[in-house]
Amino acid sequence: MLTQTERRRGIGWGLLSLAGVTLFVGIAVAALLSWDAGNTQSRLFTAYTWQILRFTLLQAALSTLLSVVFALPVALALARRPSFPGRIWIIRLMALPMGLPVLIGALGLIGIWGRQGVMNSLLLKLGLEQPVSIYGLSGILLAHVFFNLPLAARLLLAALERLPAEYWLLSSSLGMKPFSVFRFIEWPAARRVIPGITGLIFMLCATSFTLVLVLGGGPAATTLEVAIYQSLRFDFDPPRAIALSLLQIGITALVLIAISLFPAPDDAGITAGRAMRRFDGRTVPARLWDTFAILLATAFLILPLASIVAAGARANLWSLVTSAAFLRAAWTSFAIALSAGLLAVLTSLAIIAAREAVTDMKQPGGTARAFSLSLGAMSSLVLLVPPVVLGTGWFLMLRPFGDVARFAPALVAIINMLMALPFVMRVLAPAVETHRKRTGRLAASLGVSGFSRVWRIDFPVLAKPLFTALSFAMALSLGDLGAVALFGSSDLITLPWLVYSRLSSYRTNDADGLALILGIICLGLTMIGTSGQREAKRG
Amino acid sequence: MADAVALDKVELKLGTKEFRFDCRLPAGAVTAVTGPSGSGKSTLLNLVAGFETPDQGRILIAGEDVTEKHPSERPVSLIFQDNNLFAHLDLATNIGLGISPSLKLSGRDSTAISQALERVGLGGFERRMPGTLSGGERQRAAFARALVRRKPVLLMDEPFAALDPGLRLSMANLLADLHRETGNTVLVVTHDPDEVGRLADHAVFIDHGHVLLQAPTEEFLTRRDIPPLAEFLSG
Ligand SMILES: Nc1ncnc2c1ncn2[C@@H]1O[C@H](COP(=O)(O)OP(=O)(O)OP(=O)(O)O)[C@@H](O)[C@H]1O
Ligand SMILES: [Mg+2]
Repeated sequence: MLTQTERRRGIGWGLLSLAGVTLFVGIAVAALLSWDAGNTQSRLFTAYTWQILRFTLLQAALSTLLSVVFALPVALALARRPSFPGRIWIIRLMALPMGLPVLIGALGLIGIWGRQGVMNSLLLKLGLEQPVSIYGLSGILLAHVFFNLPLAARLLLAALERLPAEYWLLSSSLGMKPFSVFRFIEWPAARRVIPGITGLIFMLCATSFTLVLVLGGGPAATTLEVAIYQSLRFDFDPPRAIALSLLQIGITALVLIAISLFPAPDDAGITAGRAMRRFDGRTVPARLWDTFAILLATAFLILPLASIVAAGARANLWSLVTSAAFLRAAWTSFAIALSAGLLAVLTSLAIIAAREAVTDMKQPGGTARAFSLSLGAMSSLVLLVPPVVLGTGWFLMLRPFGDVARFAPALVAIINMLMALPFVMRVLAPAVETHRKRTGRLAASLGVSGFSRVWRIDFPVLAKPLFTALSFAMALSLGDLGAVALFGSSDLITLPWLVYSRLSSYRTNDADGLALILGIICLGLTMIGTSGQREAKRG
Repeated sequence: MADAVALDKVELKLGTKEFRFDCRLPAGAVTAVTGPSGSGKSTLLNLVAGFETPDQGRILIAGEDVTEKHPSERPVSLIFQDNNLFAHLDLATNIGLGISPSLKLSGRDSTAISQALERVGLGGFERRMPGTLSGGERQRAAFARALVRRKPVLLMDEPFAALDPGLRLSMANLLADLHRETGNTVLVVTHDPDEVGRLADHAVFIDHGHVLLQAPTEEFLTRRDIPPLAEFLSG
């Protein structure tokens, strides 16, 4: 249904973006592999790397286990109480940690669970000797559960809400007791999505950088990503960084393969509109238990957020916002975020156009199909090669050419772009596909093509998802500390880097204030994004 | 004939819609519930099943006041238009849940399940999953579950609406056969005047939340003095 020119153009753009992304990632990996190769091998499995590897896997496994295990009762309770007061707000609250820059979340958690935090003062008052430690393994687990429990709960809830309404009518008519409902209805539904959720969360925790950087400490509580960063930034030991990077790639590759075996969970089911009616769990103990589970989870999520607001409000926000340091960092962050966002959107469009062109061929040959497949895999490349590893590769690559700091902003922007690519694709690909299904034949029969089609037919419909994708990508880039950590210097200060350096130099008051501002900006962008997405789905 | 199901001055408000049902349905008969879309047919069934509780009035099944009873305590079986079977459980389990909601089944129960499947024409399908069945076969399996439950009242909300016309005919015959054997009271919602004639001894016509007519089928099908009903019968 495409014209010859359109098809050629789509394939051209696709080839270009494929070449660009592959080169960017490939050069980084090649730099890692070629840098003093003989030395690296002996460094691959030392006592040190083993320890790091073990800790990375251990914390990821425990974080995943705790997140999913605690999310299950929360999801069950929310599903069973469709008219729980403020339920929709609780579900929205559960989406917040996803849009919150990790560093900001960490600050909030320190405010509640830290040595001077609310929780420990409370525990001390209750006469408990050993306060909870926010640093080390327990802190990392706590933080990972804070970010991933709501994610797991939302995905589980979506799975439960996707069940046909008749199931609940039937189960109550048949007289199923809560345990039977769990055994025959709820658990089978949850069990189908738990492998996917587990894989996703394990992946997030195994590659988590910022939380471990802030809350971990010493070799006893360091993950691969943070160890790579420390090897380069503090010890300047490239062979060790390379060895760790290769281990990291190996691990993510294994996890990605494992994940691909399970269906991907999605939360498309969560809509406020659908009225589920439940007739089970009417007993007092069931009500109490559900209320307890929901309120506990809500408090667990809301307290750190409240702490960010409370601590931030104590800072002198006005003088912070007008300070030269803030303005410079904000400008840098914005420029990087905008470039990353635009790049991500353009690359996605190129991928989509090229795949469309291949699908449109009458008989796509083997090469065309392989091209289409690699375009699809490309958007996930960054999952395989995490930002810190990419940064390390480029760092080593560019060092011979002078001061790496000169290239830093562009590198950070491109790495951020790659990080955003999977999300942007998830927003844009379905939107474009539906749009094409609706208008493709009509546009072709009317002979509308080229610029006129883009301007009159595509853009008005796709403006919203494009905007959504852009704001998602920008929020991600604005809040990211991982890519900038390697390159941050007096010449390159982004907002998260500013927060982090204020934190490291114990100017916590400033850090809290900046955190609040950054948090609001990122959440604002994500909210714009999700509201657009919801409309897109409805339309 | 005793009343099997009685709605005694039942009033209910859902959103802005108001319903008022006052009717007595004969025991051991098949009663068709008809009316325009949105008139309240499903709501009537929900009231009997216990998924809605009246604001006013009482609901009686076999003379017993069940108004305050939980759906599980009412002597009814249900068949919906779709999703009558838990898709992840095989047919024997689905039907077994009709006997014991915690699936504590004796050998006798297993035999009963197999016999019920046999009876609805699905002999040997015990281990089949609902997803591998056709729409008609799934509804037959739902019939089998209603059979093993042995409840005096069977409520069906457009049970054949998702099936094609030929299949509807054979399902109606099956329902008639089963009804002859069990002699229970059946309420079946339908949009199809032919189906009323085929299935029902009695028919109820609902419009805007009120029962406009309740009559034996022969009379029901010939009445032309109620405009909405005339429209329904001609349409
Ligand atoms: N929970 C509710 N809240 C508000 N309005 C409701 C609710 N349930 C049903 N209604 C309304 O009550 C009316 C009757 O609904 P009901 O489902 O009983 O109709 P019906 O006769 O079964 O229609 P159909 O033939 O389309 O199935 C409809 O207008 C419906 O929108
Ligand atoms: Mg209905």
